[in-house]
Amino acid sequence: MNLRKIIKLSDGFLLTPDLDTDIEINGGYGADLMSDVLAFSQPNSLLLTGLTNPQVVRTAQMAEFHAIIFVRGKQPQAETLLIANQEGIPLITSPFGMFELSGRLHKAGLPSFESNESN
Amino acid sequence: MAASTKQVCQVSNQMSPTRRPARIPTEQETHGRRGRSITDDDANAINRVEELSYDLKVHEVMTASLKIASPEMPLSQVLEILRVNRISGVPVVKDNELIGILSLEDIVHAMQKNELSAPVSAYMTRKLVTVASYDSIVSAIQKFSDSRLGRLPVVDENYKLVGMITKGDITRGILIALQKDYKEEEVRRYRASHLFEDIISDRTTLVLRYNIKAQDFTHGGNASSHIKRALLRLGADPQIARRCGIAVYEAEINLIIHTTHGGILKLEVESHRITMSTIDDGPGIPDIEQVLQAGYSTATEQVREMGFGAGMGLVNIKRCVDKMDIESTVGKGTKLTMRIHVPTENFTGRKEE
Ligand SMILES: Nc1ncnc2c1ncn2[C@@H]1O[C@H](COP(=O)(O)OP(=O)(O)O)[C@@H](O)[C@H]1O
Ligand SMILES: [Mg+2]
Repeated sequence: MNLRKIIKLSDGFLLTPDLDTDIEINGGYGADLMSDVLAFSQPNSLLLTGLTNPQVVRTAQMAEFHAIIFVRGKQPQAETLLIANQEGIPLITSPFGMFELSGRLHKAGLPSFESNESN
Repeated sequence: MAASTKQVCQVSNQMSPTRRPARIPTEQETHGRRGRSITDDDANAINRVEELSYDLKVHEVMTASLKIASPEMPLSQVLEILRVNRISGVPVVKDNELIGILSLEDIVHAMQKNELSAPVSAYMTRKLVTVASYDSIVSAIQKFSDSRLGRLPVVDENYKLVGMITKGDITRGILIALQKDYKEEEVRRYRASHLFEDIISDRTTLVLRYNIKAQDFTHGGNASSHIKRALLRLGADPQIARRCGIAVYEAEINLIIHTTHGGILKLEVESHRITMSTIDDGPGIPDIEQVLQAGYSTATEQVREMGFGAGMGLVNIKRCVDKMDIESTVGKGTKLTMRIHVPTENFTGRKEE
């Protein structure tokens, strides 16, 4: 699913306007625990999270996420934005909560990229 | 170039008369360096495209081979020049001096009055907005947006016409520069990936060392990010690089949390294996069996707020690497070693015999 479509579906606001949003996202993964993200996510997906600190972007980079959506309208810290721009990972904020947003994206056809087997 | 018989030509290199100011002030002289003072934080936030719009100079992206018109030339002739060259305007030059600019729009005005045989001088725009060849393209972008013009004549320090610049030239210039950046990364990757082939020894080891500050959560993960990039440049399989990245990132976070004065993160690359280690001068681990259990954690609220501290770090590391080793002395510190074996062709392009 194209990231632009995901932004639309999530009523999202793109926080990194300089980054390309014409990219393909294969699946989604939601968590607030970074160790879980590192252990159970599959690469090339979208990260839904309620955390906004710089570690979120580093985690996304290590686990190879293509974009991050902050749920419940959260705004990231300045350092988070900086690293995201540096590493080329688009950041989006959505007014929906984790459950609601996961449901909307899943219903629209974005599969879950949560693996039962850890990496 | 006084005669109007010569329709299209290159601008000559002769100096223009000195009626004009000898030199127009540079953007730096007018606005100060880069038009504003930049703090370190600003500088970091400037992305590559913005950076390029300061780095690239107008003369690097402008069109230097010029089509020009003389004031006496009939408009119909200029229309032909525009048509043949697929351009939307030309500078008007008399006695080597830029005196105006004629755009398709001006010609359309003449057409409406059925005056295509009128001379260029009757319809050209005399109010000139020019940009200096030695300015960075950001000043051209500024002039485009201020003037709403589509093309600007480029002049040198003597106010002599040296080219034309359009918004398209700027976009193209930036894209080419970005592409060059991309190629440079490819070249770096290529060079780095031949390291183990090009340097012959009985045993070659590349060691990268990063000093990590205690409690510096803001920069937590920077070193791991460098390590992952280095491994990819060296030609590591992307899946191996991902495993290394995840393991070393968990280890880096632990190091930041537990070290007292600071610690060291080290990557050692050999042709057949990757070793990463952290060394801290923290409190040490009294019971290693215990901390290896999934869910065991002594993390503080601050660490939990960052999304760590569920007691999964060491478990994650162990899953990602082939061998994990902890040496710890209570009151002195901890050394964590992580090792991944790589197929030899990863780093040398050749299969192991
Ligand atoms: N370098 C270290 N120095 C001292 N204690 C450590 C170190 N690394 C890990 N520990 C201990 O091991 C526990 C488990 O670590 P880990 O598996 O990374 O989980 P977490 O970091 O989520 O607590 C930590 O809470 C801490 O008590
Ligand atoms: Mg940990």
